[in-house]
Amino acid sequence: MKKVIVGMGTCGLSAGAQAVYDKLDEILKEHPGTFSLSHTGCIGMCYREPLVEIRENGCRTIYGEVTPDVSDEIYKEHIVDGKTLSDHVVYSIDSAGDCGGSEADYLELQKRIVLRNCGTCNPESIDEYEAAGGYEALRKSLLKMKPGDIIEEIKNSGLRGRGGAGFPTGLKWSFAAQNESDIKYVVCNADEGDPGAFMDRSVLEGDPHSVLEGMIICGRAIGASSGYIYCRAEYPLAIHRLTIAIDAARAKGYLGKNILGSGFDFDLKIKQGAGAFVCGEETALFASIEGKRGMPRIRPPFPAEKGLWGKPTNNNNVETYANIPWIIANGSEAYAAFGTEKSKGTKVFALAGKVVRGGLAEVPMGTTIHDLVFKIGGGIKQGKGFKAVQMGGPSGGCIPAAMDETQVDFESIPATGAIMGSGGLVVLDETACMVEIARFFLDFTQSESCGRCTFCRIGTRRMLEILTRISMGEGQSGDIEKLVEFGEQVREASLCGLGQSAPNPALTTIRYYRDEYEAHIKEKCCPAGSCTALVDFYIDPEKCTGCTLCVKKCSVEAIAGERKEPHTIDIEKCVRCGQCISSCKFEAVYTK
Amino acid sequence: MAARDSDRFTYRLWRYDGAQGELIPLLQSAQDHFGYIPRRAISYISSVTGIPESDVYGVITFYSQFRLQPMGKYLVRVCAGTACHVSGAKMIIETVQDELGIEVGDTTGDGLFTLNTVACIGCCSLAPVIMVNDETHGRLDPASVRKIIRKYKRAEEETRREESVATCDDET
Repeated sequence: MKKVIVGMGTCGLSAGAQAVYDKLDEILKEHPGTFSLSHTGCIGMCYREPLVEIRENGCRTIYGEVTPDVSDEIYKEHIVDGKTLSDHVVYSIDSAGDCGGSEADYLELQKRIVLRNCGTCNPESIDEYEAAGGYEALRKSLLKMKPGDIIEEIKNSGLRGRGGAGFPTGLKWSFAAQNESDIKYVVCNADEGDPGAFMDRSVLEGDPHSVLEGMIICGRAIGASSGYIYCRAEYPLAIHRLTIAIDAARAKGYLGKNILGSGFDFDLKIKQGAGAFVCGEETALFASIEGKRGMPRIRPPFPAEKGLWGKPTNNNNVETYANIPWIIANGSEAYAAFGTEKSKGTKVFALAGKVVRGGLAEVPMGTTIHDLVFKIGGGIKQGKGFKAVQMGGPSGGCIPAAMDETQVDFESIPATGAIMGSGGLVVLDETACMVEIARFFLDFTQSESCGRCTFCRIGTRRMLEILTRISMGEGQSGDIEKLVEFGEQVREASLCGLGQSAPNPALTTIRYYRDEYEAHIKEKCCPAGSCTALVDFYIDPEKCTGCTLCVKKCSVEAIAGERKEPHTIDIEKCVRCGQCISSCKFEAVYTK
Repeated sequence: MAARDSDRFTYRLWRYDGAQGELIPLLQSAQDHFGYIPRRAISYISSVTGIPESDVYGVITFYSQFRLQPMGKYLVRVCAGTACHVSGAKMIIETVQDELGIEVGDTTGDGLFTLNTVACIGCCSLAPVIMVNDETHGRLDPASVRKIIRKYKRAEEETRREESVATCDDET
């Protein structure tokens, strides 16, 4: 019987997957027994959602941009008559393993370890996870391995923390294992706060059991018996699926007392974050779990010694834990076969911004930025010029197009001044103003600074003020030097990762795009044509209908024109507030 | 306070057994049931947990999720994440401000709409994106976002008209 699977991650749902699922469910009720209906998480092709997959005898066909009407056609043509609707196929694989479909290369270029079950398993079914080999690694590590062997295996795999800093995971575990204590904790950081990053959300929504399994194995390795998953409250679907997964794991005896008869006890709780970016920093995260204001503290003592509630704690992020079961099941050598000399394995990237195929892509470490943007990402939207990629969110930096042969790994990316970060990769085209990008990120970190350190609290504010005035065309000579000076001081003198990395967006854009800063300050112009204060506004007479709405909105009476006749803007009077652009219903106002 | 609104919140307070780290979950359940955290909820939580009111207030103001003011019927959240930002989120925010006649963080005088920005809702491939309550709308431009807001306004006007017709009928 054919199995129909609808992609219902957050990306699918916001593109309308629920209506498609409901339609298929309705068809199934009319024609019972003709197919089976299920759902899955995000397969990564967010740009073609909603996706519907038909599976039969080892053949898979994935349809993209499915609407309720298309799903009706899929039923009639594919399910009943057995004919594929070739116009809508984005990916297909037949029983011989041959691939087809318009987006085949998107998946073929990837190596999926973390995302191994995302988009193929039903995340709400523990049986499907087990059928895909799930919890075998837990069985192996509880019944056949000693805690020390597990740590050795993770060390040999070369796995490094995927939260951004890239600290060797096996080494981190060995520290927590060495510290004697009656209670130890395993914590999973699922407070994915970087704007532009959604890998962890997709893993939690698409394959929650792999994270649970990784955490239980960690508990065994370091001798901890309880764990916390600290998840953003903005991810309601992830929390919902994690709750289902934890209950199912408990019912099957993978969580609780005497797991699989090994005598090992372990249990897990979910803690919901309450919206504070700084809680991604581990000591702030512990404070938040303890119910306090999420402010970081000085390290040492490190969490391996004194973490949550003063007890030895191991904290890793979602993607790191999701790697663990694969490494235990397939061996450290198989994992270390991927990647570069010092950065092993794969990394999941969230491709977004001005890229044609925005979505999730997992590639071996060492893949070049060029391959990510052009081969997997399909190039730049609307055929515009590729300017830069922004990596690592507000803590990261911009890498210019000219350096697109840079490999993504924990050595090459920091050498450019950016950071690996958790994996957000936002592609910028020629219309992006780098001063504005730096201002945008600093605005974010400035408002998220917890206020503890003077340099972060005041330094980021002063930097934001300078960047704002540059983008308003009020920059002064010496501003660039001041930004660099303040940036270096904030980086040196802040306590936690937020402050230490907050200047990165400003410092990298100054390093690579100093001429743009100078154009804003000296010539009072924005080369990318994006800073509204520095561009002129015009009305396209072809599009203008003469509705007079912009005339009413303009506070300085700079717009003139008769009713039902094209209007014009007097550049001399215009104060460049942008009200006319946002009020025009016909997109007749443009900037130059 | 309507009894049924507070039931689950009071149940949670009643069940509180002195376990560590329960302050944030208690505040979250208070907000779930009142739509914001009223003054009296702070007093209840403080008296049950023994945490001073000032500390409870300190935790509330630290996290962006918590609100001390009631919210409009429709919460409009404009995504200002990186992907949305480079795809014109600023223009979307300005358009919504213009359409509703309020600034970010405010509620309209009729109590219908509250406008907020959010760092990222994770639908980067559909940028720019807004959320109205739990519905997500993607691939927007100024014209289409205006249409969406008007759709909610119209639906609201129609309900009001029907309600007023119903009241007239009752009276006659």
